Amino acid sequence: MIGYLTRRVIQAVIVVLGVCLITFILYHLFPGGATSEARIILGPRASPAQIGIFLKANGLNDPIWTQFAVLVGHVFTFNLGYSYKLNEPVSTIILQKLPKTLVLLGLSTLLTVIVAIPLGIFQVLRRNKPSDYALTTLSFIFYATPTFFLGIVLIQLFAIHWHIFPPEAPQSSSVGAILTDWQALVLPVFTLAAVYVAGFSRYMRSSMMEALTEDYVRTARAKGMSTRRVNYVHALRNALIPIITLLGLTLPAIVSGALITEDVFNYPGMGLAFFNAAINNDFPLLIGTVVVAAVATVVGSLLADILYAVLDPRIRYV
Amino acid sequence: MDEGRDPVIPLKGDVPIMSQAEGLSGQLVAPAMEVTEAGEAGGVGSLSRIIWRVFAENKLALISVGMIIFMLLFCFVGPHIYVTDQANLVVTNINQVLAHPGAAHLLGTDPNGYDTVGRLMVGGATALEISLLAAGIATVFGVFFGAISGYVGGVVDAIMMRIVDTVLSVPTLFLLIVIAAILKPSFWLIVFIVALAAWLVPARLIRGETLTLRTREYVQAVRAMGGGGSRIVVRHIIPNAVGTIIVNATFQIADAIGVLAALGFLGFGVPSPGTSWGQMLSDGISYAQEGAWWLIYPAGVAIILVTVSFNYIGDALRDAFEVRLQRR
Repeated sequence: MIGYLTRRVIQAVIVVLGVCLITFILYHLFPGGATSEARIILGPRASPAQIGIFLKANGLNDPIWTQFAVLVGHVFTFNLGYSYKLNEPVSTIILQKLPKTLVLLGLSTLLTVIVAIPLGIFQVLRRNKPSDYALTTLSFIFYATPTFFLGIVLIQLFAIHWHIFPPEAPQSSSVGAILTDWQALVLPVFTLAAVYVAGFSRYMRSSMMEALTEDYVRTARAKGMSTRRVNYVHALRNALIPIITLLGLTLPAIVSGALITEDVFNYPGMGLAFFNAAINNDFPLLIGTVVVAAVATVVGSLLADILYAVLDPRIRYV
Repeated sequence: MDEGRDPVIPLKGDVPIMSQAEGLSGQLVAPAMEVTEAGEAGGVGSLSRIIWRVFAENKLALISVGMIIFMLLFCFVGPHIYVTDQANLVVTNINQVLAHPGAAHLLGTDPNGYDTVGRLMVGGATALEISLLAAGIATVFGVFFGAISGYVGGVVDAIMMRIVDTVLSVPTLFLLIVIAAILKPSFWLIVFIVALAAWLVPARLIRGETLTLRTREYVQAVRAMGGGGSRIVVRHIIPNAVGTIIVNATFQIADAIGVLAALGFLGFGVPSPGTSWGQMLSDGISYAQEGAWWLIYPAGVAIILVTVSFNYIGDALRDAFEVRLQRR
C-alpha cells in the first residue's frame, strides 16, 4: 500500500506540473503576447522604452523554458504575482478567499453525503416500488438542473416570494462571521449540494444493491441474522466505501459548481474572485486562482484515495 | 487495466446518471459490449432490430426521443412558423419592452423587446448546434485518442493517459473560462471550448475497450495478413466499440448542454444578438425581482428537458446494447 500511496503522490505532483503547463499555455494565448500585457498594465501611453523595461523586469524576454521554470517555481513557493486591479499580491487575495470557499464546499459536501446516503438506502429497501421510481425520476431532474438555474429558482421562491432566507450569501470578511450568518448560507449550500445529491444517491443505490448480492450477505441471512442487521451492518458498511472514491472523482465538478454558486449568490470566495478577474482581464489573479483551485482539487482527490486505501484493506494495488 | 489510479470496486449495477464517474470506472461497463465479432451469423439487420426492440420497450426513452424531436422542430422549423424579429430589432415602442405574456407575444418580451418564444427558438438552435457539434467533435477525437493509446500501449499509452488524468482532475470550468476570457468568444471557439471538456471520458472508455479488443482473434488475423495498425484501429477496433461510443456520445451531448449553459450564464456566450438558453437565463435574472418569470423559467425548463431526455436515451441505449449479448 505504501508503494501505491507513493505512486499516487508522485502522480499528484505530475498533475500539478501539468496544470502549470496548461496555465502557462493559456497565459501565452494572450493575443499580442507580452507586449499587449505590458500595455494593459502600463496604460496605452507607455513608451517603447517603458515597455522594454517592463518586459525585462518581469522576465518576459527570457527563453520560453526559463519562463516556464520560473512559473513552476512560483507555484511551488506560492508566489503568484500581483493583481493589478485589486492592487494586492495574488497570494494575499487567495488566502483571504480560500477559507470561505472551503466553508461552502465543506458544508455542501457534508450535506450531500448526509442526504444522499439515506436516500440511496431508502431506494434500495423500496426498490421497484412507486417511491423508488419517483425518487429516481426526481434525481434525474435534479441531475439535469443547472446549478445556476436551481439557485435562481430558490432565490425566487425562498427570498423574493416567501422571505424566508436572504437572497445574498454572507458578505462578512471573516469565516467566523460567515458561519454566524447561517441563514444567508442556507440557500448557497443547498444549491451546491442538490445537484450532487442526485448523483450520489444514484451511486449509493447501485452500490448498496451490489453489496446485497454478495456472498457474505447471504451467509449472514442464512445464519438467521435479522434483515435489519444484515442491511445496516453487513451491506451498508461495504456499500459506503465506493462513495469515498466517488467523492474524490466528483471533487473537480463540485469545485466548478462552487464557482457558479458563488456567482449566483455573490458569495465572497475564490470563485467570485476568479470570475471578476476573468471579466476585468486581471490575468495574474485569474491564473493564480486556477492554479490554486486545481491544486486544491488534486489534494482533495489524493486525500479521498488515501482514505479509501486505509478503509478498504481488500483492495490490491497492482 | 489502469495502473493504480482508481481503486474502484466494480459495481455491476451501472450508475446511470453520473456520466463523469461512470467514465472513470468505465472499463466496467465496457467488457459487457465487447463480444461482437465481425461477420457474425444473423447479420447487422437483425441485430439492430433487436436493439431497437429493447430500446422501444422503454417508454421513458421513447418519450425522450419525442421530446428531442419536438425541440429540434421547435428550434429549427419553429422560426419559419412563428415569425419574430430576432436580428435587427430597433426598439421604438416602449410598451414592447418586458411585455407580459399575451396574444401578441405568447411568452412576453425581454428588456430589448425581443419576443421570448422567438428568443427560445434562436437560443435553443444555438445551444443544440453547439452541443451536438462539440459532443461530435469530442467523441471523434476521444475515440481516436483512446483507441491509439490503448492499441499502441507502453510509454505512449502512459503519457496519453496521464494527459487525460491531468485534465480530468482539474475543475475544467475554470480552464474553459480562462480561455473564453483571453480569446473573445465566437460560435466556433465555444464549440471548441465545450469539446475541450468533453473528449476525456470517451478517450478513457475507448482505451479500456481497445485493451480487450486488440487481443481478439480477428485483430490477430488482420495482423497476420499484413494489415497495419491504422487499419486495425479504424476498421476493426472502433467499429466493434460502436455501442460504447454511441451510448457515451449521448451522455456527452447532455453534458455539453450543461457546460454550454454554465458558460453562457457566466457571460461567456455567443455574441449578441445571438443567444443561448444559458445566456437568456443570465440576462433574465436581473428582471426576476420585478416578476418577469417568463425570462427565466422557459429557458431553464428547456435546458432541463433536453438534458433529461438525452440522459434517458443514453440509459435506454445502454440497456439495449447490453441485451443484445443476452439474446445470443
